Amino acid sequence: MSGHDHGHGHAPSHSASHAPMRVNLHIWRQSGPCDSGRMVAYPNVACSPDMSFLEMLDVLNERLQERGEEPIAFDSDCREGICGMCSLTVNGTPHGPRKGTTVCQLHMRSFNDGEEIFIEPWRAAAFPVQKDLVVDRGAFDRIIQAGGFVSVRTGGCPDGNAIPVPKEEADQAMDAAACIGCGACVAACPNAAAMLFVGAKISHLRHLPQGQAERKRRAQAMVDQMDQEGFGNCSNYLECEAVCPKEISVKVIAEMNRDYLSASLTREERKADAGGAG
Amino acid sequence: MIPVGSPLDGKCPSGPIETRWERCKAELKLVNPANKRKYKVIVVGTGLAGASAAATLAELGYQVEAFCFQDSPRRAHSIAAQGGINAAKNYQNDGDSVWRLFYDTVKGGDFRARESNVHRLAECSRNIIDQCVAQGVPFAREYGGLLDNRSFGGAQVSRTFYARGQTGQQLLIGAYQALARMIGLGKVKMHPRTEMLDVVVVNGVARGIVVRDLISGKVSTHAADAVVLATGGYGPVFFLSTNAKGCNVTATWRAHKKGAYFANPCYTQIHPTCIPVSGDHQSKLTLMSESLRNDGRIWVPKTKGDTRSPDQIPEDERDYYLERRYPSYGNLAPRDIASRSAKYACDEGRGVGPGGLGVYLDFAEAIQRLGEATIRERYGNLFDMYERITGENPYAVPMRIYPAVHYTMGGLWVDYHLMSNLPGLFVLGEANFSDHGANRLGASALMQGLADGYFVIPYTIGHFFASTKQEKVSTDHPEFKKAEAEVTARIHRLLAINGKRTVDSFHKELGKLMWDKVGMARDRAGLQETLRRIPAIREEFWKNVFVPGSGAALNQALEKAGRVADFLEFAELLAADALHREESCGGHFRTEYQTEDGEAVRNDRDFCYVGAWEWSGDGKPAVLHKEALNYEFVHLATRSYK
Repeated sequence: MSGHDHGHGHAPSHSASHAPMRVNLHIWRQSGPCDSGRMVAYPNVACSPDMSFLEMLDVLNERLQERGEEPIAFDSDCREGICGMCSLTVNGTPHGPRKGTTVCQLHMRSFNDGEEIFIEPWRAAAFPVQKDLVVDRGAFDRIIQAGGFVSVRTGGCPDGNAIPVPKEEADQAMDAAACIGCGACVAACPNAAAMLFVGAKISHLRHLPQGQAERKRRAQAMVDQMDQEGFGNCSNYLECEAVCPKEISVKVIAEMNRDYLSASLTREERKADAGGAG
Repeated sequence: MIPVGSPLDGKCPSGPIETRWERCKAELKLVNPANKRKYKVIVVGTGLAGASAAATLAELGYQVEAFCFQDSPRRAHSIAAQGGINAAKNYQNDGDSVWRLFYDTVKGGDFRARESNVHRLAECSRNIIDQCVAQGVPFAREYGGLLDNRSFGGAQVSRTFYARGQTGQQLLIGAYQALARMIGLGKVKMHPRTEMLDVVVVNGVARGIVVRDLISGKVSTHAADAVVLATGGYGPVFFLSTNAKGCNVTATWRAHKKGAYFANPCYTQIHPTCIPVSGDHQSKLTLMSESLRNDGRIWVPKTKGDTRSPDQIPEDERDYYLERRYPSYGNLAPRDIASRSAKYACDEGRGVGPGGLGVYLDFAEAIQRLGEATIRERYGNLFDMYERITGENPYAVPMRIYPAVHYTMGGLWVDYHLMSNLPGLFVLGEANFSDHGANRLGASALMQGLADGYFVIPYTIGHFFASTKQEKVSTDHPEFKKAEAEVTARIHRLLAINGKRTVDSFHKELGKLMWDKVGMARDRAGLQETLRRIPAIREEFWKNVFVPGSGAALNQALEKAGRVADFLEFAELLAADALHREESCGGHFRTEYQTEDGEAVRNDRDFCYVGAWEWSGDGKPAVLHKEALNYEFVHLATRSYK
């Protein structure tokens, strides 16, 4: 659990009241993939400090529709910080100002009355904007499809307790497996690199005995796919770790590099025509 | 009068319960490996049930096309399950067994589940853990390297496997990765951001679906040899629930209108430990895992209107009402009992927090006994989540919790093979009705979703193909053209209303009515009023809703409008089912049927059946088909957790 001490140092002041507040929003509007898009101002939006950021947008969307306008498109689903669907850049920071928090779990008490708030989609060539604040993250799925799994078929598996796994290793696997695939790491990176995402999956599986058999081919296949999708390279800005809502450590990138390097040394083992590590 | 149709047969095997599934499997017809690739299966929904089914069917060699409305199959709402998954492994040596898990589930379901299905579920539970470990699911482990367990509501053994507070996420990622592998190998064609809007029936058999691409708006049809729905529950009929914003009844309701019976829609589960509502803006409710009840103690002040802060209320002025009323289960009483008890405490004016709609879940004693570090290790992410939402630190002050709609036990009726009465239409996971009766025990939803997808459908679908001779159909068939035209017309109709009210305003109006009258406690007058009011809301919706934008692009208001239109029809069936079931059982509590001290009174003489409803057309009452429930192994008894 190192690096996962969720302190309360970022908690807002508890003396903050439940009094209504107003914020001035500037939101990216883009009608479709071919539109060039622009920031649109929505001044003086009323909200409560107890609202989540997305509830504040819900209320704004209700007002827009009552005026006969089209609501702002944005992604969200579980609204409890686990599905990874929500994807807003708030004042230049993916998921906004609160550490270890998805934007769906960010509350308006993190902002000041009268604050100017700029809301944009994830910005990365590999995540094209579909509409307003909605982007296409299919590239992440294709990276997992290339090798982010253990090739077992259903049935015939040994008993769950057949292979003991040291708790420390299981915990490290879980630290990495906590990734929700939201893409904030890419959006935060000046190079739009996906290495925290890819590293997290490689780290998750390399810490478990079940992941050993395919360890090298997995790293090779996932990194190759990552490059094909147009993600950039890591140059150690560490912005990804800073914005990750699950606070995944950049050590997973080092682990990915280690597996990728050792795989490269034995690259001839790979079939040239392999579409995946399966 | 309710029109009553022919009785239903679940086609369960007979004989000793321990060998029913084995014998069923032995008798199932098989499809030759070389022939499997000639059959195409459509799987709708990619949660635990859908992803595991799609991956497994593809591994077997079937052609699979999978659909989900989210941007990736990894995001289905199974991901939000926190606490764990039950399995009868008896790793703790505390006397657990398949029989005991079976018994607990039948009893926990308040004797409204099928014994044969539940026993099969308990048997499969053991394979699930083995499967998930092999996939690399990072379950919690002890220092010796073996799997750890915790205890959960409604059971007196520790059989729940978990991955911190993110068990659903880890199991779903396991199934998602198995699915991703098959997509990468070209064995599954995946359609993300694609919503199913109708089932296509040809000659009485489900042969395909109509979908809308949520990005381009394009409506298209897909043909197959069987359709598998794994589209989850209908909790958001109450607007506020712990479900994801996108969860909806559309797929199952559309199938219902094409002939599939909807069973027990009134069985809705209210989860006792959710974060209370903070205002009218509330868009969803957040669940705090039931596992918190292992170490947290639930209480309210003994006196009404006690507004002192919790640390100022001395021990002898607190009412630990679950420990008092249910001494043998205490804070781990089943969900329905824990929820209703919280409602009673608040109805008596002893609730805490804004509006008095909350009770305390207090960790002070556990922190003193085990230390803050241990509590942080067990529940750290849940405590963090609570703090983010409420702005309060639960290590220092007790959490405030209140019940919220969480899971729906009702769903499309299926037989023992998980096939609905509509041949070729299989229904898995929360979308079907089969395994939890009137109340689901904690950590059993994940178990059911994966059992259905990994270990049941792969066998039974083959039997359907091998025993049913079907002609190939393509999407050129007139039934496909007709269904597509109907879907397109409905979209145009929604866009053309151009009224004054937003979609959400209707959804909230419906949800409030359902929560007030068809929520934790129901009565005849309230249900009759609901049945009068729903058609009026629905009528206004179709006259006065405003759906902006176009159908030929990403249009979230349009997506919601279609789902709310279906909820407005489905809600009526839910209320009608609740009105007809004149008893209290599990998640269905009728205030007319209770003991003097407020315990549910079941009526086994008149209602020991599955109520499956057949659609009979707009404005006509649904026809009730009954499937009698026989308890041969767990004898009917009044549930007692005292």
